[in-house]
Amino acid sequence: MFKKISLAAFTLAFSATSSLAATDITWWHGMAGRNGEVINEISQKFNEAQSACALTPVSKGTYEEALASGIAAFRSGEQPNILQVFDAGAATIINAKGAVVPAEDLIIKAGHTFDRNAFIDGVRYFYADSEGKFVGMPFNSSAPIMYVNDEALKKAGVEAPKTWEEFEAAAPKLKAAGYIPLVQSQLTWQFTENFFSRNNIQFATNNNGYDSVVDTTLKVTDPNLIMMFDKLKAWKDEGYFAFYGAGWNDNQKVFEEGKAAFWIGSSGSFGGLQKTAQMPFSATFLPYWNAIEGAGTNSFIGGAALFAMSGKTDEENKCVADFFQFLTSPEIQYFYHKATGYVAITKAAYELAQKDGYYKEKPVAEVGIKQLMLPAGDWSKGYRLGFYPQIREIMEREYGRIFSGETTVKDAFDTIEKEGNDLLARFAKTAG
Amino acid sequence: MTTGTERLPATRGGTATDGRRSGALRLFGGKAKGGDEAAKRVQFSSPYLPYLFLAPQLAIIFVFFYWPSIQAIQSSFYLEDPFGFGSTFVGMANYTDVLKSGEYLGIARFTAIFTALVTFFALSIGLLLAVKADGVIRGNASYKTLLIWVYAIAPPVAGLIGMMFFDQHIGPIVELARWFGWDIKVGLNYSDTAFAMIVVSVWKQIPYNFIFFLSGLQGIPVAVREAAAMDCRSGFRRFWTVILPLLAPTAFFLLIINVTYALFDTFGVIDVMVKDKAANNPITLVYKVYMDGFRGNDLGGSSAQSVILMLIVFVLTIFQFRFIERRVHYN
Repeated sequence: MFKKISLAAFTLAFSATSSLAATDITWWHGMAGRNGEVINEISQKFNEAQSACALTPVSKGTYEEALASGIAAFRSGEQPNILQVFDAGAATIINAKGAVVPAEDLIIKAGHTFDRNAFIDGVRYFYADSEGKFVGMPFNSSAPIMYVNDEALKKAGVEAPKTWEEFEAAAPKLKAAGYIPLVQSQLTWQFTENFFSRNNIQFATNNNGYDSVVDTTLKVTDPNLIMMFDKLKAWKDEGYFAFYGAGWNDNQKVFEEGKAAFWIGSSGSFGGLQKTAQMPFSATFLPYWNAIEGAGTNSFIGGAALFAMSGKTDEENKCVADFFQFLTSPEIQYFYHKATGYVAITKAAYELAQKDGYYKEKPVAEVGIKQLMLPAGDWSKGYRLGFYPQIREIMEREYGRIFSGETTVKDAFDTIEKEGNDLLARFAKTAG
Repeated sequence: MTTGTERLPATRGGTATDGRRSGALRLFGGKAKGGDEAAKRVQFSSPYLPYLFLAPQLAIIFVFFYWPSIQAIQSSFYLEDPFGFGSTFVGMANYTDVLKSGEYLGIARFTAIFTALVTFFALSIGLLLAVKADGVIRGNASYKTLLIWVYAIAPPVAGLIGMMFFDQHIGPIVELARWFGWDIKVGLNYSDTAFAMIVVSVWKQIPYNFIFFLSGLQGIPVAVREAAAMDCRSGFRRFWTVILPLLAPTAFFLLIINVTYALFDTFGVIDVMVKDKAANNPITLVYKVYMDGFRGNDLGGSSAQSVILMLIVFVLTIFQFRFIERRVHYN
């Protein structure tokens, strides 16, 4: 009896000291709502799974705010161990040599093995350097996919289109059946960046910006891209496409209410849409143009990655590496995939979800990952452009002007290319 | 509530600005009334004592105003990578880049129009309501409370409420306008968004102006009003020739406050109205500083913009004090 009690006391004392001695690491992120809660749950799982490290997640608002806070903190030496940075901000943090410890180096140094091929194709390059070394650890990954209003299709007697040509053929029937054929939620991500990836067209010089920041210029006056927006404008005038401004939800709402036939959203929208959609829906890949040669490649990964900030002790870095390992384990990936709708980033996690029968139950959840696993083209690996959040703002502004009739498509892209190139040149100066 | 309003800066004999000026002296036993000569000649036992009392305030101003301003001026001459690894001196390049940009000048033009309209409507509607509320005898406390409480709403919340009124899908104002054949598209159409921003910003500022104008009106001696009433039958003319000149100090103070409000404090309203994506919507200069600095991580460019903004405010304040205040008579 006494032995038992003393053993229990000893264990208690030991566990108490070990939790006291745990290395604290922090994780700043830009997620809110349900996605923010899931981050807390993952952190809790990590803290329960081991006792050497104690991870504290902190929400910093939006993606942009998280990056700005991370930068401000870094400048004053108060940076967190892990910072979540979104796709458009990747160039800012990766080009700041010395701000981060590449995830791959960190993991190897901590004694783990790292296999790039364990990750699905679409995920592998976006946050990596030009040699393919992982700088950021892909975290919440999404693809722009097309959600389909099943009722509308049945009523109009059409099939979900694979290409924009097929969409053009189906649109009049959908309109006649009383639906808005097409809405979308982010022209920059869905119709610009991923127009280049899905149709396998070069987005910027210097290998889409991966090779160097010096003299990188945009290629947004590409005739195919101009054609895409000419089409969108024409579709809008004919009532085949509706545009409600740059706000994501203003455009999504029309689809949720069952008024639109197709909505281009994010694979990560799936979780929320299940609750809000007032009609049965399915999903398919983001369409491409059949007329463009070599089109139909995979899309860029969207979402955000986790970066290990530099200037931390080896002990803390080891904890970060342990956490990255934990995060990419199939079980956690599967949990995250199911809880949020973001895609699983490793092949093992994808297989686990398949084996578990998840996609039989929820076929929509598989669309994003399948699109990312499509064959890659030369130009579908990613882009690395400095001051890209500002370039996106210029695009948003000009696109708004196109659809409010303040400018023409041609002029809009000339402006975007000119102002965008000015920003890229400016960025090259700051990085040089 | 009545006592509450009477205790506002513009107490009986004084005016808003006088009240502020004598505020510090009041603490040392000076009389509360502005313009009281004795109060202005308070003597301290040691010549350093006043500086000691001022020190905390000066320290705060230095830390939160001068220090960041100096830093902004400094970084406006540099091109810097966001993480602070390297910065290059570029001289005036950040300024010339900004001032050469057609977009920036467009935003500056909108800011000027926006500020003028918001200030004009917020002041005139506030004044109208104050004059009317001042005339109400029965139940005036409840009228005043109803008019004042909007002021308690924080700007982002005001923006959110305004956004709901102007929502493309469910906004009641949008529905109402559709009756008259006007299809308001906030977030899509430049002038519609501008209209919504101005309406919400004005609405938010009216109560503040109302409070000051009302206490200003209550500060006008009854004897003056009665004398004026004997001389002139037209209430409208009496207002223009007697009441308004007596309100001038309050109005001048409010003019400065409202211009500053429209230039800077409407940030929250704008941020909520454009929903984080300015796109082709109108924005003000302050919002542009935020977009380039905090979201675009272009520290040099946004510092140059904030220095330009500082200069604008500086010039505006000098102008107001030199040319408008001359026409204002304090007592």
